[in-house]
Amino acid sequence: MFIPHTESETGEMLKALGLKSIDELFEDIPDKYRFPKLDLPPALSEMEAFSMVQAISQSNESTQDLICFLGAGAYNHYIPAVVDAVISRGEFFTAYTPYQPEISQGTLQAVFEYQSLIAALTGMDVSNASHYDGATACAEAGVLAFHHFFGKRPRIVISPSLHPHYRETMRTYLQGYADVDIVGDESGVNPLLHPDQLVSKVDESTSLVLVQYPDFFGRIFDLSSLAESVHEKGALLGVAVNPLSLGLLKPPGEFGADIVVGEGQSLGIPLSFGGPYLGIFATRKELVRKLAGRLVGESVDQQGRKGYVLTLTAREQHIRREKSTSNICTNQGLMALASAVYLSSLGKNGMRAVANLCYQKAHYAASQIARVPGFAVLDDVPFFHEFIVHCPDSVEEINLHLLDHGILGGYDLGCDYPTLKNHMLIAVTEMVDKEDIDLLTEILGEAHHG
Amino acid sequence: MQTPSDLKYSKTDEWVKLDGSIAVIGITDYAQEQLSDVVFVEVPFAVGDAATKGKQCATVESVKAAAEVNFPVSGEISEINEALSSTPELLNTDPFGKAWIVKVKIKDAAELGDLMDAAAYIKYCEGRH
Repeated sequence: MFIPHTESETGEMLKALGLKSIDELFEDIPDKYRFPKLDLPPALSEMEAFSMVQAISQSNESTQDLICFLGAGAYNHYIPAVVDAVISRGEFFTAYTPYQPEISQGTLQAVFEYQSLIAALTGMDVSNASHYDGATACAEAGVLAFHHFFGKRPRIVISPSLHPHYRETMRTYLQGYADVDIVGDESGVNPLLHPDQLVSKVDESTSLVLVQYPDFFGRIFDLSSLAESVHEKGALLGVAVNPLSLGLLKPPGEFGADIVVGEGQSLGIPLSFGGPYLGIFATRKELVRKLAGRLVGESVDQQGRKGYVLTLTAREQHIRREKSTSNICTNQGLMALASAVYLSSLGKNGMRAVANLCYQKAHYAASQIARVPGFAVLDDVPFFHEFIVHCPDSVEEINLHLLDHGILGGYDLGCDYPTLKNHMLIAVTEMVDKEDIDLLTEILGEAHHG
Repeated sequence: MQTPSDLKYSKTDEWVKLDGSIAVIGITDYAQEQLSDVVFVEVPFAVGDAATKGKQCATVESVKAAAEVNFPVSGEISEINEALSSTPELLNTDPFGKAWIVKVKIKDAAELGDLMDAAAYIKYCEGRH
C-alpha cells in the first residue's frame, strides 16, 4: 500500500531543509524546462481513446497473423486453454510471493508441483521455485558455482553457442564479483565448435562450465564426455536447456549435469514481446543449500494433515542479511504455475508428442530448404527444432521479402556472430504445417532469383 | 547453560580449548540454544589455510537463522571436523565435545588473553537478557 506524506510531514521535511515550499527544490531547473508547453490534441473520451489505440495496435503483426519461423530462445507453441483458465483464477492471479507462506497453501502447492515436474523433466534432484528467465537463471548458476568453491575458483567457462543474451546477462550480473573471469566465448573463437573443445579452457581455478542443450543453434551434442572432463578438474557442469526438447532428449541429469537452468517459456507461456518468462533452476541434492531463491517442501502438520512449507531460503537476504548470495526473494510464481499446468495437461506422452512434432517438422523444413538453389543447411550435427541456413543474400533482405508474403523469417545470426553473416537460424514448431513450410521454401526460391 | 571452566570464550560465542599449540574451536551452549535445531554447518576452508582472528570461520544454519562463526585466534587450520557436515545436530547435543568445528595451530598464544574465562562469559551472557 502506498501512503503519501501528510502536509505536516512535508512541512517538517521542508523545515529541516530550510525551504519554504517544494517548488524551491526544483529551482535549479530553468523555468522553461520545468513546465514545457506540451503539444497535445484535445482530450478524448474513453470510447474515442479505445478506438484510436485499437487502430494503432492493428498495424502490429503478431504470430497469429504470420507464419512464424523465428525462435532463437523464444518459441511459438500452442497453449492449451486450461493453462489460462487456471492461472486466471483470482487466488493465483493476484497473489504476490507468499511472505506469510503457511497461509498460502494453494500457492505453495502449485510451486511444489512445479518443482517436482521440473526435477523429473531435467533428471535432477531438486528445483527451486524459479527465477525471472533463462538468462538470470544462467547468471545464478554462475553465482552458485562461485560460492560453492568459496570464491576460490573464480573462472567460469561458457560456450560460444550459449544464447548471446544469456552470456551478456551473466557478465552484467557478475560484474560486481571482482575476481570472476568469464571465458570461452571470445570473439576469435569458432561459434560452432564442439563442446568438448571447451575443456582446454577448464583449469583448477574453474568453478563452472556452462553449455546449452540443444545449443543456441539448435544442435544436440552428447555431453557425457564433457561432463567427465569437467568433473576431473573438480568443476561443476551447468546445462541450459529448452525444457520442451526434454520430451525427446536424454535429460541432463542422466549425463552428469550438476546444475540445469533454462528458459521455461516454451512450456505454456506466450511470447508476449519477451516476457514475463520463466527461469528454470535445478541441481543435484548436494548443492541444495547453495540453491538461490526458495524451495517449497511437502510436510504434515501436528495432526498428520498434508501441508506445504517454505523449506529452504538459505541464500536469501531475509535469513542471511548481508551474507546472502542472492537478492532474488521472489520467483515467477504465475509463470511457474502456467508451466506446471501445461506439463500436467500434456502429460509424458503429450510432451513427447509435441517435441516429436517439432523435431519432425523441423527436419522436413531443413530437407526442403536444402533443395533451394543458393541455400545450404548446416546439418553435420543432429538438431532438435532449430537449424542454421546459409543464405545467398543478406538475411535482412530475405526476411523483408518473406514478410511481404506473411512469413516471419528466421533469426539473423550475423547480429551476434560476425563469422555467421548471411546465416539464418530457422525454428519450426508444431504451429506450422506442411503447407507453411512449402510456402517458405517457395518464397526462398523466389527471393534468390528475384 | 553449560560453561566448562577450562575453556576460553569470545564475545561472539565461540569457545577455545588450548591443547599444546593447537586451539580447538567450537560454539557455546548458549549459542546453540539461541540458534535452536542446527541443520547445516559449513567451513569454507581446507586444512593448511590461514585462520585470522575475528574473520569468518564457519557458517551455522538452524531452522531459525544463519549465523557466522568467527576465528577467536589466528594461525593455520590443522583439522576440520568432517562429522558436522553429515551430523550437524551434534552442535545441539554436544557443543563442547564432538561438535568442535576446527583446530588451529596458533601463532601467538598471547591472543588468548583477549578472551573471557567461564565466569566472565556467564556474566556477559546474563547481561544480554
